[in-house]
Parts: sequence; structure tokens; C-alpha cells
Amino acid sequence: MTLRPVLAAGTVYGVLLNSQDEWAAWAGQMNEPPYKAPPKAPVLYIKTANTWSACGAAIAVPARAPEVEIGASLAMVIGADARQVSAQTALQHVAGYVLVNELSLPHASYYRPPVKYKNLDGFLGIGPRCATPAQVGDPNRLRLEVRVDGRLQQTVDLGRMLRPAAQLIADVSEFMTLRHGDVLLLGLGAQRPHARAGQHIEISAAGLPALGTLTNSLVEDAE
Amino acid sequence: MKHARVAYDGAIHDATERNGQLLLADGRLVAFDAVTWLPPLAPVPWPRTILALGLNYADHAKELAFKAPEEPLVFLKGEGSLIGHRAHTVRPAGVDYMHYECELAVVIGQRAKKVKRADAYAYIAGYTVANDYAIRDYLENWYRPNLRVKNRDTCTPLGPWLVDTADVPDPMNLALSTTVNGKVTQSGSTRDMIFDVPYLIEHFSSYMTLNPGDLILTGTPDGIVDCRPGDVIVTEIEGIGALVNTIRSAS
Repeated sequence: MTLRPVLAAGTVYGVLLNSQDEWAAWAGQMNEPPYKAPPKAPVLYIKTANTWSACGAAIAVPARAPEVEIGASLAMVIGADARQVSAQTALQHVAGYVLVNELSLPHASYYRPPVKYKNLDGFLGIGPRCATPAQVGDPNRLRLEVRVDGRLQQTVDLGRMLRPAAQLIADVSEFMTLRHGDVLLLGLGAQRPHARAGQHIEISAAGLPALGTLTNSLVEDAE
Repeated sequence: MKHARVAYDGAIHDATERNGQLLLADGRLVAFDAVTWLPPLAPVPWPRTILALGLNYADHAKELAFKAPEEPLVFLKGEGSLIGHRAHTVRPAGVDYMHYECELAVVIGQRAKKVKRADAYAYIAGYTVANDYAIRDYLENWYRPNLRVKNRDTCTPLGPWLVDTADVPDPMNLALSTTVNGKVTQSGSTRDMIFDVPYLIEHFSSYMTLNPGDLILTGTPDGIVDCRPGDVIVTEIEGIGALVNTIRSAS
């Protein structure tokens, strides 16, 4: 693992259904079994350390699932512990921001935790560098661009998150402390693009070179 | 050997059990009640992966009105939810149902990738006891069990001991029990796991590399009850240890 300069030794938490567009796409199913009701608390998942890939790294895609889903997001790296903080002060707990390529095997159900879809070795590209809060300003003003083999496939408007960065930190810290070094992803866009082995993924924030461009290539699992 | 990690005399120490006392790495012998017990885990340079099983005992699956799963039902926990032996766990204000779960916890000893079931035991450093509390009021059907139920601060007591694999000849035949204020409320045996420890290591390591210090909490049998502030919960596994925890209110 070569990510020590970018990520501290904390747990990486992602959040499902934070995008208004993804929520709208799911709204018709939310009251049906097995969900029965829309989610109230942030729906979190964990990207374990085995998933971490540095910028530039090749990521192995297993033969059992030829395509992966690209989840471009902005990661908030926690500085001072955040425990039951208000949205007004939440961003004071962010030490920096970094781009992530949060890969999943496509899965149609959100009922059970997505471990076998999201926690494969290498399935979280991170980098290339951490930008300061001063460089980023309001994280929700950013638009992330996802390119596959150089072609723009998706633009993720971080302004369209149901819980903007500060509110998300506040609502998560209500039930668990976000500790120094922990990382919270701001959410994914809707209709996430797919890619397969042999393709090259680039994620950048439009107009914010301080975050750099996160690049990862997909390769077939050598197995 | 039984290993502990404790705070004593202004520092953190590795310790082992010696005739009913703790032998610190610096040679001092101290009483069990003279120390603060921490989770019995060596620090690792990256965040520890903590896998936890739901519905891994047939009787518990029945109790919760689900059919037994066809593959392991697994969720992940963050290291921030762990606390040690003889600590306090918070019951949030205004909830109706908070229950313990007595679980055999497997501690990985060496890097495990695509391990076969027959070789699985060689990748285990040892075993400890976990109490995987759940606040059921917060259960939602999105990535269930969701982290608000399962990943709260103080809600995963672990310990008191990490017991070497050499001292646990048959981990799949250990009695588990839980008492609440001295009354037995849960009893079972690890032999009733739906997916046993070697199966779990083969299964998880087939798609994710497990690293030394990672944990697998293997699920709980029948017999869960509500826990109130002041209740003393003892989750015990034969040959591994008795993990004591007390519930307190949030304020």
C-alpha cells in the first residue's frame, strides 16, 4: 500500500443514495419490499484497506464480472475527531479533500451490505493528492468529470447531494465518531458509467487542478 | 497462551495471563482489576478490516424470522466501535430494543488471499470474544444491518484475551453463553454455525485479501434480550474468555 501520504490510517466510509438524481431513480421502489420505506439515516458502507489503489495503479477485475461500475466521488479526510457536530461547524473537521474512484461490481439490490461487490482488492482508487480546505472552498460547488479511454462519460454535480458535505458529516457523527484520519465520501452520481479490463479511467474536478487527475487502468485478474 | 493489551501506570502494555494475574511485557505482575483492558489487538499500520456475520446460527436466524442464508450474510464495522473488557457501552436515549450478541472472533495471523478451506486454520493467529451490540430501533432495509445499528461508538466490546490457536484445538466445538446480571439468557455452541470458520476464510479471501490483525466476528446463537443502563452483560466462550460489559445511558 503506497497511499500513506494521501490517506491516514483511518476507515473509509461511503454513502449510498446521496445524489438527488439517484434518489429520484429509486423513489418508485423505496416503499416496496424488501425496502418498505425510504432510508432515514445516511446509508453507509466501508471500503476496507484491501481496496485501496494508488493513483496510476492497475486494478484487477475478476473474470466472474466483466464490467465494473465507476463511482467518482470526493473524499473528505477528517482532521479533528467529529462527534455529534452541527452542520455549522462540521467542515472545520475536514483536513483535506481527495478524489476517489469507488468501484463496484454492478448490483441491483441495496438490501444487504455490498461487501462482495465493493470490497474486492484494489476497488478504491485514491489520489493523486490531498487538496486543502482553502483550495477547495465549498466542496459542493465542484463537478467531477469521469473519462473512460479519454471520452467524457459522466459529470457528477456535487451540488446535487441531498446531504451536502457539512450536513452529511453532522448526520453521520450523530451516531458514530468520525475519527482523525477517517474518510467520508460525499456520495456518487446517478447512472454510473461502466468499464472493463483494458480500459483507462480518469477522474478530475472541473476547474480545480489542486485535486489533480486520478487515473487507474483496469486489467484482467491474473488468476 | 492468553494475550491482553492493557493500560497501566501511565502506559499501554502487552501482557499475558499468569496464574490469575497479568504478566506485563516489562516483567511486572499486576491484578486483573488494576488495569484498564483494551481490545487484545496489536496495532496495525492500516485500518483493520472487521467482518461480521449475521444469521450464522440456524436457531438465531429462526428467532429473527428469516430463513437461513445461502451464502454468508456479512457486514463491515469500523475500528472506532471497539472497546475493551470491563468497559461501558452506551444505550442511546429513547430506544426500545438494544441487544448483545456473543460471538467467537477470529483474528487473522497472516496475509490470506484465495485460501483453501483445508489450509484456513494456518492463517489464524487466535481467537477472542466479541459482543456485537445492535440497536434495533435504527434498523433500516438499506444495506441491512445498517451502520447506525451496528457501528456505534462503544458498541463492540472485544476481549479480554487473544488466545493462541494452539490452545484452541477445536474452535468449532465451543460453548457460548451470555448472562445479564448473572442470569443466563443465551447459550449455544460454535458447532451450530451455518458457515464455519474455515469456510468463512475461504469465502472472504476468495475476493478480498485479509491482513494480520483483521477480524471475523462469526455470528451469534439464539437468546437475545433487551439491555438497560446498569445491566452487566457477560459474554463467554469456553476456553477463550468471559467478556464483561456494563450498559450506561448516553448522558
